[in-house]
Amino acid sequence: MKPRNIGIIGVGQTKYVTRRDDVTLPELAREAAVLALEDAGIAFNDLDGMVFSLALDALEGTEGAERWCADAVGGRRIPFIRVHTGGATGGSATHAGFLHIASGLFDCILVIGAEKMGETPDAQKVLNQIFDPVYERSVAINAVNMCSFQAARHMKKYGTTEYQMALVAVRSRKNALRNPHAHIRKEIKVEDVLTSRVICYPLKLYDCCPRSTGACAVVIASEKFIKKLGKKNIAWIKGIAACTGTYYMGDRMDGSSANDHADADGLFLAAKRAYQMAGIDNPRKEIDVAEIYAPFTSTELAAVEALGFCGKGESGKYNEKGLFDMEGGIPVNPSGGVLTANPISVTALARVAEASLQVTGKAGERQVSKSKTAVATGEGGSLQFYTVTVLSNKT
Amino acid sequence: MNEEDLIFIPQRWDLKFHHAAGETGTRFFKAIMEQKEILGKKCPKCKRVLLPPRSFCERCFVETTEWMKIGSEGTIQAFTIVYEKFEGLPDPPYAIAYVLLDGANTAMANFVKGIDLSDIKKAFKRIKIGAKVQVAFRKKRQGRITDFWYELK
Ligand SMILES: [Zn+2]
Repeated sequence: MKPRNIGIIGVGQTKYVTRRDDVTLPELAREAAVLALEDAGIAFNDLDGMVFSLALDALEGTEGAERWCADAVGGRRIPFIRVHTGGATGGSATHAGFLHIASGLFDCILVIGAEKMGETPDAQKVLNQIFDPVYERSVAINAVNMCSFQAARHMKKYGTTEYQMALVAVRSRKNALRNPHAHIRKEIKVEDVLTSRVICYPLKLYDCCPRSTGACAVVIASEKFIKKLGKKNIAWIKGIAACTGTYYMGDRMDGSSANDHADADGLFLAAKRAYQMAGIDNPRKEIDVAEIYAPFTSTELAAVEALGFCGKGESGKYNEKGLFDMEGGIPVNPSGGVLTANPISVTALARVAEASLQVTGKAGERQVSKSKTAVATGEGGSLQFYTVTVLSNKT
Repeated sequence: MNEEDLIFIPQRWDLKFHHAAGETGTRFFKAIMEQKEILGKKCPKCKRVLLPPRSFCERCFVETTEWMKIGSEGTIQAFTIVYEKFEGLPDPPYAIAYVLLDGANTAMANFVKGIDLSDIKKAFKRIKIGAKVQVAFRKKRQGRITDFWYELK
């Protein structure tokens, strides 16, 4: 169990956009580092370690781009590691930062990353390369159709409709209007989603996230460090857990109920473990707000079920009832979520950053009132790597 | 600085690889090439027949032992029809499905061919979860997953 109280004391995010031609990748990462240190009220030499959140090298076009970035984010003279679990990278990087401090060997860690995928014309060619060269890559599988398979299966298994999926897109876009960092800030109607062009059936254009450029950072510190700093209003990390599913998606299609590609079963297990660590028995009652890694509308449907906000197959119905709206029982992605900004290397880190802002009441116009406990997720690989982080304004 | 004044550095990744299919993958591909046969591998512990074949069972963490002949018919477990052009990937439209072939416990991905995809509504009425398919083999086979595909029955 958790040996020390550990909290997030600073958050830094750039605005997420299509391209940033005025800066290089390290210069972009530096922006978030400076913002996070400023927010924490510390100097770069207060850090005693660094975790760099960087997903696919080929998206940046630089092998091991963390090397290029280390100086720019203040990494000189301290331990520095890079974490990569695909889409879950930012969640895993957060956990790595937490574990550094939980070990007792470190007191203040910067978790930082940047994404500049706007410099390559099509990310899906790169995302096709994540599949094994022997059995699956030549079948043109990429990140969009891997989620289409999940969507198709969720629709078949539970009767989930394209209309219910569209509601997720509409809500995300609406929420993003209140988030100055969001990449896509344009409201849409259900009709717009349903009539948008088909990308990979059943996913249509507005069911899909954009490709974003941007940087994000959080400062994680021990209670000892926080007390010395005299800092109040902390996003305490109450629970962390991760879970890995099988690599081959086809292995999740044998009809066994505990392991189905329709569901985010790995996320279910990760959430269960994180809730247990955080002492949460009833997530539906005890979680006030969720920032969920869901690059497609259908991904969010499976995720809210896995997080225990509703039963398996019920998410479509509860979306219709507005349970996940800003004024609903459990607001999901008040930031607009991944559907309105997906800078892959830091997308899951941005979920943690946003959840941290929510529990400390610093989320500005997108603040969910009275949010004391928040959950942030990450999802990477072939819907395979899952991370869950529970934050609270109390130790 | 003005956008038009900024300098850009064009780069390209074009790397060659010579990936080993391994002994298990090689046997699977050879059976397809030489006998038009699809082979799976059975886990001695949980008895699942893994397709595509793997030398180990990830659930039991033991080596698979027995090669099994898999049927050439099966049912679609998941599918997508791609209508978007992705740079470096095939020209749309194309359909991909995970199919549970008779005798296998895991579904295997491949293209679904022999169906007109130009009318999306018609296409997704036919390509659906539960639809029966048949494996079709390429005449000249090279030991690739694309040596075969699925056709609706
Ligand atoms: Zn087994």
